[in-house]
Amino acid sequence: MTRAPQLRFLDDGRRLHLQDGPIDLIVEAAGTDKYVRQAYAAAARRFTGLLDELCDELPLLREAADSTHCRLQGRVARRMHDAVVPFAADCFITPMAAVAGSVAEEILGSMIEKAHLDRAYVNNGGDIALHLSRGEHFTVGLADRPDAPGLLRTIVVHGDDQSRGIANSGRHGRSFSLGIADAVTVLARTASQADAAATIIANAVDLPGHPTIVRCPARDLQPDSDLGPRLVTRQVGTLSGVDVDHALAAGAASARKLLAAALIDGAALRLEGEMIVVGTSAIEGSGISAPHRASEPGAPYMFKISEVSKRDEKR
Amino acid sequence: MLTEPPAADDKIRCDACPVMCYIKPGAAGACDRYANHNGELVRVDPHILLERTVSHGGRLVPFQATGDWDGKIVQEPNVFVTAIGAGTTYPDYKPAPFMVSSEVDGVDMVTVVTEGIFSYCGVKVKIDTDRYLGPETATVRAQGEAIGHVTTSEYGSQMLSLGGVHHLTGGSKKEGRVTCDALMDLSNCKPVDLTIDGGANVIVQAGYPPIVNGVAEERMRVGCGSATIGMFAKQWHGKVDEVVVVDDHITGVLSEHQAGKLLDVPDTGIKMKGRRSTPGRYFQVAEPGTGWGGTKISDPLSVLGPFDPKKARPGTTMLMVSTTGEHAAYYELDEALRPIERELPSDLRASVERIQENCEPALCTVLFMAGAGGSLRAGVTDNPVRLTRSVRDALTRVTSGGAPVYVWPGGGITFMVDVTRLPAGAFGYVPTPALVAPIEFTLRLSDYAALGGHMDHVRPLASLKDNLGPLHASSPAQPKVRT
Repeated sequence: MTRAPQLRFLDDGRRLHLQDGPIDLIVEAAGTDKYVRQAYAAAARRFTGLLDELCDELPLLREAADSTHCRLQGRVARRMHDAVVPFAADCFITPMAAVAGSVAEEILGSMIEKAHLDRAYVNNGGDIALHLSRGEHFTVGLADRPDAPGLLRTIVVHGDDQSRGIANSGRHGRSFSLGIADAVTVLARTASQADAAATIIANAVDLPGHPTIVRCPARDLQPDSDLGPRLVTRQVGTLSGVDVDHALAAGAASARKLLAAALIDGAALRLEGEMIVVGTSAIEGSGISAPHRASEPGAPYMFKISEVSKRDEKR
Repeated sequence: MLTEPPAADDKIRCDACPVMCYIKPGAAGACDRYANHNGELVRVDPHILLERTVSHGGRLVPFQATGDWDGKIVQEPNVFVTAIGAGTTYPDYKPAPFMVSSEVDGVDMVTVVTEGIFSYCGVKVKIDTDRYLGPETATVRAQGEAIGHVTTSEYGSQMLSLGGVHHLTGGSKKEGRVTCDALMDLSNCKPVDLTIDGGANVIVQAGYPPIVNGVAEERMRVGCGSATIGMFAKQWHGKVDEVVVVDDHITGVLSEHQAGKLLDVPDTGIKMKGRRSTPGRYFQVAEPGTGWGGTKISDPLSVLGPFDPKKARPGTTMLMVSTTGEHAAYYELDEALRPIERELPSDLRASVERIQENCEPALCTVLFMAGAGGSLRAGVTDNPVRLTRSVRDALTRVTSGGAPVYVWPGGGITFMVDVTRLPAGAFGYVPTPALVAPIEFTLRLSDYAALGGHMDHVRPLASLKDNLGPLHASSPAQPKVRT
């Protein structure tokens, strides 16, 4: 028997809010009214029961990914597995590292399968799957504080770019991080790939053994965490400018490796108000760019999608 | 063998969803919605969410998977479009992001919706307390950085002036950032921890009582000590020989006060410390502080000298009370004319409670104040000064996030707004640092054209359908003062 998830429109009457257990999605589609309705109905249908599907395989999803074979059955579960496999040889990673992006991708897929949309996004707590038809674009803002409209920087993703996924990882979110990054923002071909890569890069922004960083075994906080006895970051005390540089450099090295392996299209790493951007020239040209090393205050850790499209500007 | 049970025993298993999280005491599950509170599974967020939505005038819109949802976005005719999240450009030489025209009372209205970036901005904070917060002009700090100063005392309250261009951009980078964060949090009705040089620590949150040195203030004083004597003299008459109302500003003494004289209250031989102003009214009976009546004393007798043996008689009764009724003590003179504390008689207790009842709840109130500069006005019209004049002539109504504002007389458009009347999260910032606040100008379409408005950017409200973008449609905000 399937429980009914929570399905409702946000106060603006425009965006759909889907929630079930720990999954919390904001969905928006643009197109003709008819298609938007169809897309939202498809999203609601696909969302119903999706959590149960995942939970059926939860013990396996919480185990380290095996790069030689995949025992998972569900479509979303297999997508999670595929997203983390490229990293499985080098480090401990479970499919759970890509759960948010994979769910976002699944819901978006159900929508565009049923309806012709100009643009759409599914935002799963900062892990975002995008749909863009030709000539459309999304402007995604990097916000310094999740509770305010102030934006640090924007990324513009165009319809003819290959990127369709954005993800965010860091020590402030709901999931644990092994690193100290305030936020790592990744642009990749899919949301599931972006999600896994953001986790890896955020873990790499670190200062092993630094005295002001408080860590604690993940299972002491959440008994059934997939990270088990691994030490997750609880608190970061005062860091010197040199510390921040070192930690960011370590993260950037990881990001460059993933960029060279074509696993990501770009990344922005932020720690204590400092930012490093790693990306192809195409990405930099489209907006992450600006000074290679910015020094704006604060620590961005959230996305806002600015819904101003080309069409609106022309109106 | 006796060992402590393993900590894991305290965890509970949540069955709210199929994830079935094990949750440790004090922790939340993977969803952040269910938590283990002392071994009990509690739901932590939905009440807050629902309450916020409702308290901010929001609507709960049910999703209709089937049925006849008509795809309409603006469902109510008198919905007010606020500037929150409208986005802006800086400098604001481009037309403001959204200009929306709508039919209101048959007049074609235009609301120019923009978010102003205000380098010249700050908050004025009114803290209802008689406790001593710090000397006038003392520096107010957040996280050790100077973000403003103590300004004048007002009736029953202390004013702070925080922010301003001097702290935002005139000091160190950290000072600017901390100031900006504090202003934004105060404006978004969040608590901010402030310390005053040579004074108190105070936690300020708009719409909530101040917390001074860890103690939440409950009430504003009913009046100064002298006023309290005047208000309650008749109720005390015949029940007690002497009353002293302890107050940092003016301490009142019933037998000497005009109100006591009118009731023929006899002299009691009381001798007050401090500087006598007029009969029965004393300044500076003690140093200011966070004790009785905004003084630093904890023993009220310390404001008295010895009773005059020529006038005083043993058995004389005396009530000492603070201006909020929060402190009270009752004494009787012994044979040596020393006041000895006795239990407060019930009829006097009632008068103390009456003082408490007459004290209004103490609150912090925060007014955001900013000036709409030339460039912001240019985003509204190509002849900026005409907008100023139009505001002056009351043809254009200025609102901030839909809330009414007070526009200062004189040049420019400098306004103040009660932050509790804006929807949640209305204020943001840019790294300049400067605050981003919503500001709307509403005027007749014909007037808008006359003042050089960007007519080609005006869109009818009916066109605000798909993808209008970061506009938030909400009902006009209601004040949400809580006590």
